Amino acid sequence: MPTLMPLPVVSNGAAGDANRPGEHAADNGPVPHRDHPSMAHDFVANVERTHWHDGALWFVRNKRDAQASAIPEWEYLRETAGAIKTEAIARLPELLEQFEANAKKLGVVVHWAIDADEHNRIVLDILQSRGIMRLVKSKSMLTEECHLNAFLEARGIEVIDTDLGERIVQLRRETPSHIVLPAIHIKKEEVGETFHQHLGTEAGASDPQYLTEAARGHLRGKFLRGEAGLTGVNFAIAETGGFVVCTNEGNADLGAVLPQIHIASMGMEKIIPRLEDLSVFTRLLARSATGQPITTYTSHFHGPRDSEGELHVVIVDNGRTALRQSKTFRAALGCIRCGACMNTCPVFRRSGGHSYGATVPGPIGSVLNPASDDVRHQSLPYACSLCGSCTDVCPVKIPLHHQLLAWRKEFGKRGLLKIGKTLPMKAASHLFRHPWLFQTVGRWGRAAMRSLPRIAFVNRFNVWSRDRELPTPPSQSFSSWYRQNREEKNGRDQ
Amino acid sequence: MAVALFVPCYIDQFYPDVAIATLELLERQGLEVVFPSGQTCCGQPMANTGCSAEAAPVARRLVELFAEFDQVVCPSGSCTAMVRHHYADYFEPDDPDYQKVRESTFELCEFLTDVVGVDSLSTRFPHRVSVHQSCHGLRELRLAASSETRFGDRRDKLGELLAKVDGITLTSPQRLDECCGFGGTFAVNEVDVSVAMGRDRIADHVGSDSEVIVAGDMSCLMHLDGLIRRSGQPITVMHIAQVLMGRPLVPTNQRQLNSGR
Repeated sequence: MPTLMPLPVVSNGAAGDANRPGEHAADNGPVPHRDHPSMAHDFVANVERTHWHDGALWFVRNKRDAQASAIPEWEYLRETAGAIKTEAIARLPELLEQFEANAKKLGVVVHWAIDADEHNRIVLDILQSRGIMRLVKSKSMLTEECHLNAFLEARGIEVIDTDLGERIVQLRRETPSHIVLPAIHIKKEEVGETFHQHLGTEAGASDPQYLTEAARGHLRGKFLRGEAGLTGVNFAIAETGGFVVCTNEGNADLGAVLPQIHIASMGMEKIIPRLEDLSVFTRLLARSATGQPITTYTSHFHGPRDSEGELHVVIVDNGRTALRQSKTFRAALGCIRCGACMNTCPVFRRSGGHSYGATVPGPIGSVLNPASDDVRHQSLPYACSLCGSCTDVCPVKIPLHHQLLAWRKEFGKRGLLKIGKTLPMKAASHLFRHPWLFQTVGRWGRAAMRSLPRIAFVNRFNVWSRDRELPTPPSQSFSSWYRQNREEKNGRDQ
Repeated sequence: MAVALFVPCYIDQFYPDVAIATLELLERQGLEVVFPSGQTCCGQPMANTGCSAEAAPVARRLVELFAEFDQVVCPSGSCTAMVRHHYADYFEPDDPDYQKVRESTFELCEFLTDVVGVDSLSTRFPHRVSVHQSCHGLRELRLAASSETRFGDRRDKLGELLAKVDGITLTSPQRLDECCGFGGTFAVNEVDVSVAMGRDRIADHVGSDSEVIVAGDMSCLMHLDGLIRRSGQPITVMHIAQVLMGRPLVPTNQRQLNSGR
């Protein structure tokens, strides 16, 4: 079996998000960050692929709709989940301390990390102090957010992603394009090529069953040789000190139980107050995420696997406390990372996850990312037609599209809007405050559209006209028609 | 008391017949309708760009202009949603004029179904029609139940009105309520995605064997119409007020292009 390609060596694993879509920043050197419209342009240019991507995610959304409509109390569940998350965010410090105390009683070692770097160092320290050189990981968007893989690999530790989608993107040295479906942007034929290159499968093979079997065999070996396992955390329960990991492939369980050491990386917003709250979320999570009634595995962890084992939980802030201070955006902390907003988002489906240039893409990513870097991620809240479908699918009822709108206003307040955005709006505002000017400009504009050659309006400077005709200008506005046909007529009649 | 007609800026300038049809439709219901002069815009383009300082005076003008009326009707879900749900930033919460205008402004279809309780329309429109559910009407005003939600009744106010038209045949796109990709400045800021979304919607409506895409928001239709005319698709667009008034359907290829040559 071919070995892994040499992995990138970086000096600082937490060096920010990938600069080019889906590739590690370190592979490419300092490439300037590109905004969403520019990255989307590249993706949309391939019409066939855009339709394929859109169709794949629309299929998932339809499955979600079918599951949601099968449960009469669906909207009640969403309401309840939102209320629990609001409570948990309000009581966050107290609940986290309660969780820590209860987890310690179960023999768990609890670590606190203020940011990505501290998280990575804690994990490294656990591994290095025990002489561990090989880590098997199940899917964890938090470790993607912290760029843990690159950090550990730069220090000589072999990191194996064991989630199938994550493994595919890892072998291709890309990043996930979706938080639940990391390889949704990759076609099965491309997976076949990747596996042929790295796992020695037959050239040209693209049968999903065959490829999955090959990955399974490959990963079994990795599991058995893994010296420590790392998982994410879906829900941490304050009142018990236990936590829950939801997967479909069972890889988290193998990774957590085969090696002696289990490290669980947990964003601090994963806390829920009570065990009974859990059922609300387990009913919502998989239905929202993939349209399954429940994930294949819902694994509860209450301490190390046995007297030989160790269980470490790393609780990570990395900007979450700052977000919690914001009255406007605090609700976004309630996100359970189901990805439903991505599947329903008509922009995401057509522009692909990598066009967002961040670990968490889509509507929720466009809310979260500007909180950590408003300048870098400024285009994201505008990568949205404000259709509101994300808000309607969100299982915890985060008002996503209103938060995206709120970000735009926040950019305005912070003076971040570029003159290309503000100047036309200043002009429009002036026009709309002076009705006579509005009518005059309108009249002259329409006259110009009728009399000037087409090239005066349909040209490369008018972005609208690139693919679309302009409206046919009428000779008369409604205001003028009304004056002529109603006011003057009424005047004559009276 | 007379009903005030609130005509969105782009309808005033580019689609006067939509406003005329709205006016005639309300008058046909026996209502006295006035069009207060000096109207311009609700402020949404500025607000959605993030330019609150520029949106505020425009929003205040609108409230000042309509505060004396008990009922304000607008042939746009998006502009109505702006007034109803997004004006809080520009007014004191207890400002009586703001509160009054917010509560008395209705989108045309909801006004006809919920306030007037329209019985019959005495209109004939013998064509195959498919509805585009404009997002703000759908998810901000709940003119219909969005396909992803399960709460409330499953009414469809546009559909109810269209069903009262004689001779009409309603067809349905496969994706019942996906966004058309207009989104205001989104249409130019994110031109590639916007155009891709629009083309997909048009193909879906054409595939349903519809002759005309009907919506409550002319802005979505302006975007779709621009794409349809550029690429010569066998479908056209009409605002619901025009259909409810039985205006003749003008196929795309018979309409003049946007500029004289």
